Amino acid sequence: MKSASIEGETESPVIPDAQLVALAKAGGLSAFEALVHRHERAAYSLARRMLQNEQDAEDVTQQAFLSAVEHLAGFRETASFKTWLLRIATHAALKVIRKRKGLDTVSLEEATEESEHVDSIPHPEYIADWRQSPEQLVERNETRRLLDEALALLDEKHRLVFLLRDVEGMSVKETADALGLGESNVKVRLLRARLQLREHLTRTLGDPQTRIGRGH
Amino acid sequence: MKCEEMLAVLNEYVDGTVDPTLCEEFEKHMEGCNPCQVVVDNIRKTITLYKAGETYELPIGFRDRLHNALREKWKQNQPPATK
Ligand SMILES: [Zn+2]
Repeated sequence: MKSASIEGETESPVIPDAQLVALAKAGGLSAFEALVHRHERAAYSLARRMLQNEQDAEDVTQQAFLSAVEHLAGFRETASFKTWLLRIATHAALKVIRKRKGLDTVSLEEATEESEHVDSIPHPEYIADWRQSPEQLVERNETRRLLDEALALLDEKHRLVFLLRDVEGMSVKETADALGLGESNVKVRLLRARLQLREHLTRTLGDPQTRIGRGH
Repeated sequence: MKCEEMLAVLNEYVDGTVDPTLCEEFEKHMEGCNPCQVVVDNIRKTITLYKAGETYELPIGFRDRLHNALREKWKQNQPPATK
């Protein structure tokens, strides 16, 4: 099976998203399909990472695109199509997560959960330079597996904050609103997620020769 | 500033939103502290990797199902053709 072609690899100039959006708004199905083709992997990957489940991720991806069809006319293009689409997918995925928990309120928090504190976050332990650059690493299948493995090890509450803020690029405020959390809680969770992922990745990707002793 | 205090500024330093005075302090500390430098670098690379890696291929058959569903929806959503 042929894998998705990567945009920009072909000789012909790539039509910018904004132009495809204009064509799609004017009724061009093929323009819309081109947009879908361009962003379906990003949407699916985000949903899959958030939900940690293949079937749910398919459902959410499909819902997101269907919703995009429905609301395309009202898309004001203050953000890129991709950003807009990923926001729709994020909210659809959060809905599924809330449903799983039997919550229908905005907040993903159990009422009793206290917020976390910076003091309780473990300091970096395995400190070493990585042997390869992200550009070299990203192409490798082992890296993909490692990234998924590290992400799966996070608590859901830390994983979601990391995905929304760092991967999707939401602001702290937007992340807080989407998750029904306070901003300070988002910041602490983000710090914990980043440190935990760093720790896990560095144990595999770090160069033992450059390893620096504990205590930092 | 000491290494133990780095966690308090780490997020905002990586995001480039740290208060300028603190930023200067932290950078001064890092000049003489390799571990803190490496941690900041590791974290930046961690974020870059996750951002860059659209890790998942669509499951086999899903792309077709998706595009079929969208074409169906598209038809319903367009005003009747007036060509
Ligand atoms: Zn230090």
